Amino acid sequence: MSFGILASPLLGAIPSILMSAVVWSGTAQFAALSILTSGGGLALAASAALLANTRFLPMGFAIAPSMTGGPLRRLLTGALLADASFVIGHRAGGRFDITALAWAAPVQYVAWVGGTIAGVAGAEAIGDPSRWGLDVFFPVFYLSLLLPELFPEHAPRSMRPIIVAALAAAITLLLTPVTPPGVPVLVAAAAALLGLRAPPESPGQAGVGDEA
Amino acid sequence: MRTWVLTIVLAVGTVLLKTIGPVLAGGRQPPAPLTRVIALVAPALISALIVTGTFTAGRHLVIDARAAGLAVGAIALWLRMPAVLAMLLGAIVCALLRLVV
Repeated sequence: MSFGILASPLLGAIPSILMSAVVWSGTAQFAALSILTSGGGLALAASAALLANTRFLPMGFAIAPSMTGGPLRRLLTGALLADASFVIGHRAGGRFDITALAWAAPVQYVAWVGGTIAGVAGAEAIGDPSRWGLDVFFPVFYLSLLLPELFPEHAPRSMRPIIVAALAAAITLLLTPVTPPGVPVLVAAAAALLGLRAPPESPGQAGVGDEA
Repeated sequence: MRTWVLTIVLAVGTVLLKTIGPVLAGGRQPPAPLTRVIALVAPALISALIVTGTFTAGRHLVIDARAAGLAVGAIALWLRMPAVLAMLLGAIVCALLRLVV
């Protein structure tokens, strides 16, 4: 919805809606929009937006082993990947419920495009959706899916996911002021490389989760 | 014109980024170290998305009503409330704070 509100004055109503329908990526669209708004050119806007979406590369490789079927089927399913569908589809131990991921996608798609249309239509009437606190929905929702990952109830608890999550949070905080949008999340994914070390881990290696 | 070029570039680029992994590495069980890394990609990315959605505004770090909303949501989740209820409570606290401040 907020994309429609922000984009329609700059791009026009129909182009804003079509962009949401075809691109379907809030991060990329907001990144491009913020560059265009600040007077940046087309190439800069496009590269910033795609840079913001490079996080889908590690996400794609993460879901790949859980997929079945031929390359075409995997291609079509992969196109359904989005932040929320990735989070919804993930299961313990790095597996992914591809069916849940795939079903989450159309719901998000309708919400995203519908929200853009609503935003364009009521750009002035609705005002800022953050006034209703709706921008907290996603962080709390993501947290509800992160907690079982960090503190599993039916699996032996490991310090490693906690350390990785703390490290990723620290990376995001450190990089946000100095890199374009999207880059912090991408680099934070590299915290998962801690998994390259063999499992016998020393639980005392914490201390990376410094807060801002 | 500019908008159409941008739309097409973004659409094609985004689909490519999303599908390279599934097409190249789909259906195969990767070696053990890679499996451990993949298991940790989700906590890393989700954690980063939470930080981005709560403590940043553009390229600035901020602590605003969203932080309070997330804190309330976290407490609700810790008390084993359903996720939807935690989200609602977080949003209500966030909206109320914005009204007051």
